[in-house]
Amino acid sequence: MAKVLMKGNEAIGEGAVRAGCRYFFGYPITPQSELPHYLAKRLPEVGGVYLQSESETAAINMVYGAAGAGARVMTSSSGPGISLMQEGISYLAGAELPCVIVNMIRGGPGLGNIAPAQSDYFQATRGGGHGDYRVIVLAPASVQEIIDLMRLAFDLADRYRNPVMVAGDGILGQMMEPVELGEEEDVQIPPRPWAATGRMGGEKKLINSLYIVPEELEQHNLKLARKYALIASKEQRWEEYRLDGARLVLVAFGTVARICKAVVDRCREEGLAVGLIRPITLWPYPQKAFEPLMGKVDSFLVVEMSLGQMVEDVRLAVNGRHPVHFYGRCGGMLPVAADVVQEVKKLYGGEGN
Amino acid sequence: MKKVFTRPRSLKDIPTHYCPGCTHGIVHRLVAEVIDELEIFDRTIGVAPVGCSVFAYNYFDCDMFQASHGRAPAVATGIKRVLPDRVVFTYQGDGDLAAIGTGEIVHAAARGEKFTVIFINNAIYAMTGGQMAPTTLLGQKTTTTPYGRDKDINGYPVKISEMLSVLDGTAYVARVSVHDPAHVIKARKAIKRAFEVQLAGLGFSLVEVLSACPTNWGLSPAEALKWLAENMIPYYPLGEYKKPAEVG
Amino acid sequence: MYEAILIAGFGGQGVLSTGQLLAYAGMLEGKHVSWIPSYGPEMRGGTANCGVTISDSPISSPVVSEPTSLIVMNRPSLEKFEESVVPGGLLLVNSSLIDIKATRKDIRVYYIPANELAEELGDARVAGNVILGALLELTGVVSLDAVEKSLREVLPAHRHKLIPLNRRALETGAALVRRSTAVRAG
Repeated sequence: MAKVLMKGNEAIGEGAVRAGCRYFFGYPITPQSELPHYLAKRLPEVGGVYLQSESETAAINMVYGAAGAGARVMTSSSGPGISLMQEGISYLAGAELPCVIVNMIRGGPGLGNIAPAQSDYFQATRGGGHGDYRVIVLAPASVQEIIDLMRLAFDLADRYRNPVMVAGDGILGQMMEPVELGEEEDVQIPPRPWAATGRMGGEKKLINSLYIVPEELEQHNLKLARKYALIASKEQRWEEYRLDGARLVLVAFGTVARICKAVVDRCREEGLAVGLIRPITLWPYPQKAFEPLMGKVDSFLVVEMSLGQMVEDVRLAVNGRHPVHFYGRCGGMLPVAADVVQEVKKLYGGEGN
Repeated sequence: MKKVFTRPRSLKDIPTHYCPGCTHGIVHRLVAEVIDELEIFDRTIGVAPVGCSVFAYNYFDCDMFQASHGRAPAVATGIKRVLPDRVVFTYQGDGDLAAIGTGEIVHAAARGEKFTVIFINNAIYAMTGGQMAPTTLLGQKTTTTPYGRDKDINGYPVKISEMLSVLDGTAYVARVSVHDPAHVIKARKAIKRAFEVQLAGLGFSLVEVLSACPTNWGLSPAEALKWLAENMIPYYPLGEYKKPAEVG
Repeated sequence: MYEAILIAGFGGQGVLSTGQLLAYAGMLEGKHVSWIPSYGPEMRGGTANCGVTISDSPISSPVVSEPTSLIVMNRPSLEKFEESVVPGGLLLVNSSLIDIKATRKDIRVYYIPANELAEELGDARVAGNVILGALLELTGVVSLDAVEKSLREVLPAHRHKLIPLNRRALETGAALVRRSTAVRAG
């Protein structure tokens, strides 16, 4: 099948539709606008509903209603809007409802700006709202991967009855790359016996996150913890790039991982043994990617569009066995390949490694 | 022997947590009776709020959602958009609907969402300990207006039925009271009309029910009903603020 | 083959669509491509730019921070981006709107009066394609035919009548840099 040239934001929309998503609730915010524009046209074509909400707070609660009623549903926003959604995401996690939330991360804190950033990493991976919960977080790095991961996002949400966040940035949303869409398949959405769709002669169903008796809430928390442990053991995903014989390993996700691939190529051309780990799941964090490298590499260099957030997860994975360095740009500035190469050269084979 | 009074099918046979003299029980019963009468029990989905009626999901025997504070109209929107042939209602108090959830209720009404809202106005936050609500009357003492609500500090009570009835998306808006049997019967009629409006697909429907909170008002149940009639009804006039030609 | 092309100018000069056309043509030729814009308030009336990468092998970074070729359609873009071109790279200057010269001596610079040439062709809006034609001639990054084919695919049918004009614009730019070394400096 012929490739088509698509913007990342549009690919999110098309990927969602092809994953069987028929409901979108959202509030406008830059830099994800092409996604609602696309779905406002596309969803009615497939008998779905696109609804612009009065706020991000309302949007996430509409998602809660639609998910509880058994739909494959999504919303999308960026930084400030995602912050507003956090209470709702906590409810979704507590009530164990599947849904997909897209965050095209922009610069913060506060109104920040609309330029690309990765500074919502903590918020995404630590459970940005209240209470003990986890959200599965996927970080695509190309327009093609967006299409593939949107399907995975909805499947994981259903499999674990858990919210899944797709974390990108303004660059990923705005850039165009050719994608192979493949044949549109008839997606079978798994049965949802728990959904509150009206009793229709059956048992009463309840969508709820309130457990007023402490013993009961503790049991619920422990049940969620078992689920999160299962996800952590089964769903770690990452890409390895030129790790063969690497002495210095870059770690980066999303757009920054693309820049780091160029860094790796350039370093290899100059004879420096540099490789890259690109986490695809930010939660669960791909700790398994690091184990085979222990004792075989000199050090790690984490590159992010933030002041250093994922670097903490790398340090947890490495657990003191190798130095973990950090290089970041923030405020919407991109790490430039040449600067990262400089940083690599500073560290490569140097003191402290 | 003919049974003349029984528990509605749509209510569970369990004790509620409501205080003596609280009128939530009456309103629950009216909603349940209407669901029974319209024979929509099997396809009705309710949304409970945060507040005293948070446990409404335990009392109504239909499928239920528990929503975050103020967001029941957004949750109901999501449900109804996915399941347009089901009957959806929210049950919300005045803190939930008229303070934190003002945005959601106004926009659900403006969109003409085809669900029914039961709005309990008892002029106080009850579950959290008797604080001032957006509907608290001027001069009314609460735990956060110990000297009485002062317009210069707290502004004026919010009249939801009047506000929402001017929106084009609303099809039926009524304010009723449950302080005596005659008014309870009228309240039941209004609730039934609201559900009928939804069933006819005419748009958004809301019934505001003036309700008593003896515990937080510091009155006996009988005094509370009298206080409601003498103080709330003059500020919150009863009646149908909007109704489509097709009903009543 | 690896070309990282930065196209910069005022919003409304067709900078983004020229880049998209180029990316589309690369895709039609079976190459790896990416297109990445500047976005936000700066694209509304201010300066706009986009980076297009076209390569025989998978593109690692789509971010064009060190272009192999730079097209500047206005003066602020020349001042902002000239330094970023890789040594030995190519700089195409729209001399209709830019009255200063490039300062770099380690890159190839061509001055192309794109707006004048476009007006001679009858439509100032094809200035972007005049300069794109020059880029194709100098780099061979994609063929002129692939660009024409792309136009056929991206333009709605009722605008296909504009294709011959765009083709002439591409050919004009190509011919200019082919026959004349006078436009070259640096």
